Amino acid sequence: MAESEDTNTEELSTENMQADVKSLVRKLSEDSWEIPIGHIPNMRVPGRLFVSENLLEDLDPGTIDQVANVATLPGIQKYSMAMPDAHLGYGFAIGGVAAFDEEEGIISPGGVGFDINCGVRLVRTNLQKEDVLLHMKRLIDELFNNVPAGVGSKSRFKASDRELDEAFLHGAKWAVESGHGVEADVEHCEANGYMEGADPAKVSTKARNRGKPQLGTLGSGNHFLEVQYVDEIYDREIASVFGLEEGQVMVMIHCGSRGAGHQVCTDYLKELSQAVKSYGIDVPDKQLACAPAQSKEAQNYFKAMICAANYAWANRQMITHWTRESFEKVFGRDADDLGMDLLYDVAHNVAKLEKHKVDGKMKDVYVHRKGATRAFPRGHPEVPTVYRDVGQPVLIPGSMGTPSFILCGAKEAMDISFGSACHGAGRVMSRAQAKKEFRGQSIKENLEAQGIIVRATHPSVIAEEAPGVYKSSSDVVNVVHELGIAFKVAKVLPLGVTKG
Amino acid sequence: MPSQQKQYEYLEHTADIKFLAYGRTLEELFENAALAMFNVMIDTGKVSGETAKEVFLKSSDLESLLVDWLSELLYLFEVDEIVFRKFQVKEIRDEGSEYSITARASGEKFYPESHPFETEIKAVTYNQLEIEKTADGWKAQVVVDI
Repeated sequence: MAESEDTNTEELSTENMQADVKSLVRKLSEDSWEIPIGHIPNMRVPGRLFVSENLLEDLDPGTIDQVANVATLPGIQKYSMAMPDAHLGYGFAIGGVAAFDEEEGIISPGGVGFDINCGVRLVRTNLQKEDVLLHMKRLIDELFNNVPAGVGSKSRFKASDRELDEAFLHGAKWAVESGHGVEADVEHCEANGYMEGADPAKVSTKARNRGKPQLGTLGSGNHFLEVQYVDEIYDREIASVFGLEEGQVMVMIHCGSRGAGHQVCTDYLKELSQAVKSYGIDVPDKQLACAPAQSKEAQNYFKAMICAANYAWANRQMITHWTRESFEKVFGRDADDLGMDLLYDVAHNVAKLEKHKVDGKMKDVYVHRKGATRAFPRGHPEVPTVYRDVGQPVLIPGSMGTPSFILCGAKEAMDISFGSACHGAGRVMSRAQAKKEFRGQSIKENLEAQGIIVRATHPSVIAEEAPGVYKSSSDVVNVVHELGIAFKVAKVLPLGVTKG
Repeated sequence: MPSQQKQYEYLEHTADIKFLAYGRTLEELFENAALAMFNVMIDTGKVSGETAKEVFLKSSDLESLLVDWLSELLYLFEVDEIVFRKFQVKEIRDEGSEYSITARASGEKFYPESHPFETEIKAVTYNQLEIEKTADGWKAQVVVDI
């Protein structure tokens, strides 16, 4: 209670609010800053912020404390990281990445977040911007009607218990086999559409009850389905491997594991907040509840987390299928003929057991990415064969009405960021403040004046997600590009969006 | 409420929602925290209280009990599809090694068409969670993920 471990951090954080953010860190290079050991007590490694000077100035000191908090956890490797889009979260900062030794380290639900495997997928078409402009309103209406979105929305697909188990076990692979896509979809998805090691028995009845009616729904908040076009290509060679050309129409789907994932996280936070006591782990924020990586508690969470991650891949796969059907209806051609292949699908809230080089030796580590995208370079065995000569596509969604970016994972990611890049634009304004400053209806009109059609279940969702509440996504991707973590390939701009 | 005391207030948070709830007793504190949480999502003043759910939970400490109570209400909202407006916490008991809550939450059946939701709350976090005894009762700080 008043005497809890949080109290110290809390005081420190308030103190730091007064301080100049730059005085808390040490510059390593243009886009790389260190939070020295000692910023808060018990740090095992330093913190590292991958931000430009401009982005650093926008950073909330609380975010720096959160990066430092993670550095106190047992078995952390090299440093606790924040991607350029980092902002204040709970437990880990959003945009936080940390790797933990497979034996000596921990696994923490707070390093993944509630929306397990929230992620992005991008579907290509062979349509050009000019082909769709006249049909945009109908297309967005069709997508809005076909893909359930918003609070309390239910899926068109009535999953049975067995089908829910299958989604937990085999993710997008199951979704394709049950008629929601084509075989090539899973080949173009991170982890081929599902992670091994799921155990549905570790998922509570509550998580099942929440997940069942929502399998095949977009959700609300910052989740969206957007029709976009390729505005600019930065790297022609990689763009041609990714099948991109200027003017080409694309569809971006951004969503996660819905109530199933939220409940898995809630359940295991409770369990692991007990485990920290029994294992004597001192955590500076209760949201960092964790357990030794090989303990029963941590492994149970990991198996349940994989179920939720697979559920999210199944979810995005089903939405892809209904997106194709919507295009088929509007354009009177089948999806194949419209060239609607999956470009790629990336998770940005997940923990994975991966091989990374630490102190010159390859070792297995649990990489936690909370609001960060994997960015494996060319030649990595986990990059799909078609992209292996260039690197994995890294998909960075913009906020509503702002550009999104397609990048390509690069070598430095393996050397400096445990194979990770940013995941979005990064919030700078609270939702409450956004609702004070913006009106949903006027933003909608403003976007429509720019030719961007918006459909949402409620205008306040539009205000909360107004373009002005985010950092500029161009600044964020430029840092990643300059650092050599992932190279810019193309910029895409929105034509229309549906939201919860 | 007879007292002049504030029930709850919202604080600034960049990405999520943070609030303070107050109560003269622990029971009232938990009621007001629930009210604060549901009012993030919807104007509960416009909701009727025809359907009720009984809640009984046990947790290892008071802070976990608050998280569990709010999480349970989110779960009931999503799965039983009830928008709650009224919370009656009958008793919060210190049972030595754990705490328990006995409560009743009432509201009405949720229809997406007729309930304009402002924001969906994904979950209740332990981040910056604090329950504090004050001069005139209790105060709790909660951050919810949206």
